[in-house]
Amino acid sequence: MDAVLPVLAVLLAIVIVWYGAAIRLNMPWAEEQMAREGIAPTLPVLIGDTMAQERPVLPAPHQVAKGLWDGIAGQKITSKRSLVWHAWVTLSATLAGFAIGSLTGILLAVGIVHSRTMDQSVMPWAVASQTVPILAIAPMVIVVLASAGVTGLLPKAVISAWLTFFPVLVGTVKGLRTPDAMQLDLMRSWNASAAQVFWRLRLPSALPYLFASLKVAIAAALVGAIVGELPAGATAGLGARLLSGSYYGQTVQIWAALFTAAALAAALVLIVGWIERVTLRRMGLAR
Amino acid sequence: MTAALPIIAVWLAALGLNAWLARFDTRTTRLLVALIFGATVLILWEMIVRAYAVPMVILPAPSQIARAFAGNLPLLWGDFVQTILKGALSGWLIGAAAAVATAIAIDRSPFLQRGLLPIGNFVAALPIVGIAPILVMWFGFDWQSKAAVVVVMVFFPILVNALAGLAATDALQRDLIATWNAGYWQSLWKLRLPAALPFIFNGLKISTTLALIGAIVAEFFGSPTRGMGFRISTAVGQLDLPLVWAEIVVAALAGSAFYGLVALVEARLTFWHPSQRITT
Repeated sequence: MDAVLPVLAVLLAIVIVWYGAAIRLNMPWAEEQMAREGIAPTLPVLIGDTMAQERPVLPAPHQVAKGLWDGIAGQKITSKRSLVWHAWVTLSATLAGFAIGSLTGILLAVGIVHSRTMDQSVMPWAVASQTVPILAIAPMVIVVLASAGVTGLLPKAVISAWLTFFPVLVGTVKGLRTPDAMQLDLMRSWNASAAQVFWRLRLPSALPYLFASLKVAIAAALVGAIVGELPAGATAGLGARLLSGSYYGQTVQIWAALFTAAALAAALVLIVGWIERVTLRRMGLAR
Repeated sequence: MTAALPIIAVWLAALGLNAWLARFDTRTTRLLVALIFGATVLILWEMIVRAYAVPMVILPAPSQIARAFAGNLPLLWGDFVQTILKGALSGWLIGAAAAVATAIAIDRSPFLQRGLLPIGNFVAALPIVGIAPILVMWFGFDWQSKAAVVVVMVFFPILVNALAGLAATDALQRDLIATWNAGYWQSLWKLRLPAALPFIFNGLKISTTLALIGAIVAEFFGSPTRGMGFRISTAVGQLDLPLVWAEIVVAALAGSAFYGLVALVEARLTFWHPSQRITT
């Protein structure tokens, strides 16, 4: 709890710097406006104007807060202007992709741990693929699937699944391999079958690793869904809000979408962390 | 069904060969198994595309991609220079330098450290790519805006790792260097930075991929008429899928080479660390 005060201090500093930057960056436009209307610019008026522009270069924090409030509480949640609705579109793709990706990752990891052929064939490529900027192919996946007649939630989910897959695979393989020779020998001396070794020794000892990768993966899955909404004229979702905001210069809209995405990411990571704590405690693994 | 037979035959043959090779479990056979697996995937891909006449719009064959790659070398090189060298690399260098410098500055103040570490961890998990449209608005369409996105994306992972690294020396080591009458800078330069290097390199390696992603995705929000992100989005629009895949090959090669280069520098600089010892 001794971290609360320093964190608040740093946050306060960020808000102050933000206001300062907003005044500085929005000043030229404000000065131009004053000159055009023939009003002699005075500093308080100028600063007041930088705080309340329609399309500021950098919206002040309270403008973003107002944009967020309008988007979340000011609209019906079924409305196309509601951030809740857009967040739900993105969230559903994220969760679908996360479920597909982590399931495939875990299944493949089980295969890799039990088959040496699979281990030596797949593992090097799985590790090497981590260095490839997979997100860059996101627009292609969307367009290709659209030309094959698949639109809507599934293409975005495919990208999220792809991003979820590798961290989960690598983490689970590492986790399933943590039981040392002594523990495996003990299981063997009890005449345990391969299935019993898996369910009672390997899987429980893999859980901490699995949850660590799930936390990384769900953040990546959200990024995947957002980037998946960027190309090809998507009209719904946080990514689409970012794109349309950047086309029409609606900076407040961009920042509001950005903060919604950040809150969503934080909430998802927190939820996975909570499931992790509950599961580990019930299995007696909590440290 | 007749078209599927040779495909299944090739798959089974490769699987059998790998199963047999995997039993030896030496360095060479491990490499061989991985290579055979990769080659098999490519061959099966080519066979499936040809046997079932998969439309090029959905999935071009590897041979078509190779042809597009060889036929567009100057174009691909131009995109590589624009996106990887100008956008990603310069942004990565600036971001890494800024992150390490910030970590050293913060390290002197426990208050700032306690305040910034949770925030840094939090920000590292956020979808930072989202700031790309804002930065493109601020810095224009050319590579400067891409570099700016990359700077923000790589900053926090490296900062968090560097802070953990600077805390990695134990009291005994710090006491020892204090008994030798080393000042702050001497102990930083001779003890704490070297001890932090494995952590810093961990952050640097994670962020190589982030740098490429940031540079490419930022181009979707506006770019001059070259660059890998620009090429991918326009080629997709023209349904020129082989060219798109050729760009993906370039991105994959660049990503692996970038990562490999950083890993190589790491091996040279942190040769003393247990994870770098040669094991057979």
